Amino acid sequence: MKPAKFDYHAPASVEEALALLRRYDGEARLLAGGQSLVPMMNFRLVAPAALIDLNRVAGLDYVVADGATVRIGAMTRQRAIEFSPLIAARLPLLRDAVRRIGHLPTRSRGTIGGSLAHADPAAEIPMVLRALDGQVVARGPAGERRIAAADLFVSPLTTALASDEILTEIRLPAMPDNAAHAIEEFARRQGDFALAAIAVTVAPAAGGRHTVRLATGGVGPVPQRLVGAEAILEQQGFGADTIEAAAARAAELVEPLGDPHASADFRRHLTAVLTRRAVTAASRALA
Amino acid sequence: MSSPVEVRMIVNGTPRAGRCEPRKLLIDFLREELGLTGTHAGCEHGVCGACTILVDGVAARSCLMFAVQADGATLTTVEGLADGDELHPLQQAFHRHHALQCGFCTPGMLIAALDFLATNPEPSEAEIRDALSAVLCRCTGYQNIVKAVADAAEKMRAAGGAS
Repeated sequence: MKPAKFDYHAPASVEEALALLRRYDGEARLLAGGQSLVPMMNFRLVAPAALIDLNRVAGLDYVVADGATVRIGAMTRQRAIEFSPLIAARLPLLRDAVRRIGHLPTRSRGTIGGSLAHADPAAEIPMVLRALDGQVVARGPAGERRIAAADLFVSPLTTALASDEILTEIRLPAMPDNAAHAIEEFARRQGDFALAAIAVTVAPAAGGRHTVRLATGGVGPVPQRLVGAEAILEQQGFGADTIEAAAARAAELVEPLGDPHASADFRRHLTAVLTRRAVTAASRALA
Repeated sequence: MSSPVEVRMIVNGTPRAGRCEPRKLLIDFLREELGLTGTHAGCEHGVCGACTILVDGVAARSCLMFAVQADGATLTTVEGLADGDELHPLQQAFHRHHALQCGFCTPGMLIAALDFLATNPEPSEAEIRDALSAVLCRCTGYQNIVKAVADAAEKMRAAGGAS
């Protein structure tokens, strides 16, 4: 047997799952798509006393438009997002990000909520949540609360979710129809986690100006909005020199991690290169 | 809880059942409890794709699911591709193009390709290469696998869609 022994529960409702979390008092893990948790269990890097499988919980799998917000159930499969006409129309940045996660067979199981709760620093969905300034809904013993993207990610693999809470929904502001976006990432092999990634959206605003949102993935311990680089582009537009200045600013703003795959300096360099490429692509797509 | 539980599923059109601990991976259940050794266990952490099967019609890594999670599910493994003695068009194309050497990755390649062609019946070569990156082959260099999937796609379209 690869994984260590655990108690298995497959609750039918969020309430039942919350009761189980309380009963195991921090010793249980929630199982969503399992594409990150099960490998860690197979290696016995993680050996929870109990697994609470959310795959049979009703009502956590949906994509709905709610005014200017798109609400996505936490157990919605990445594959469902990839092929959702609503996501393609309202959140094309998310669709393009999801296509870069692993491979089609892993996206069949992997969920949007699982990816966010796992909080791998190099994962695409956390980067998109940060770029679009979305929020997540968590349910716990005291009821429901919303957590903004800026507050959700604490450190690698650690979120602001309490051990007795369940992430139930993701809320993202729909992108304007005339917005452009781009994702640029650098990975050594197809489907691998990126050593660095940049997501950008550009939306026309009043007075011929644009609203720009830039976020990193895989560079620092958590996805980061690059507000200082956004400001340069919002004030000065998308000339080659301005994009270069924004890319240089982006590289100054990040606090890269160094590991055996890439040094901190290399990740800083990649941040500038990928920012330049992403902003150039998005600004061209506007025209 | 952690003691053995009964698991029932439809595998390749046949109802099957077995008992296992909840920690038993689906790949090990298929091979050890059901004797379906066509599906191969490679890396056992979701990277290599050799263990890819269809779970309720879509490709998934059977090393990243517990058997108990597949209770009530409908599975297709490589053993379920052929129609009697008639190989599936993908299997015929792999044979025709010599799209394997050691064959270890082939069950995963076939299932991943079947799922991919269901989502994209008329793929470009670049799209085929992207899809096949889901399964690692260390022998062939992929050239003949790409040719086989392109050929199978054409034959399956001519025959009236994915089957």
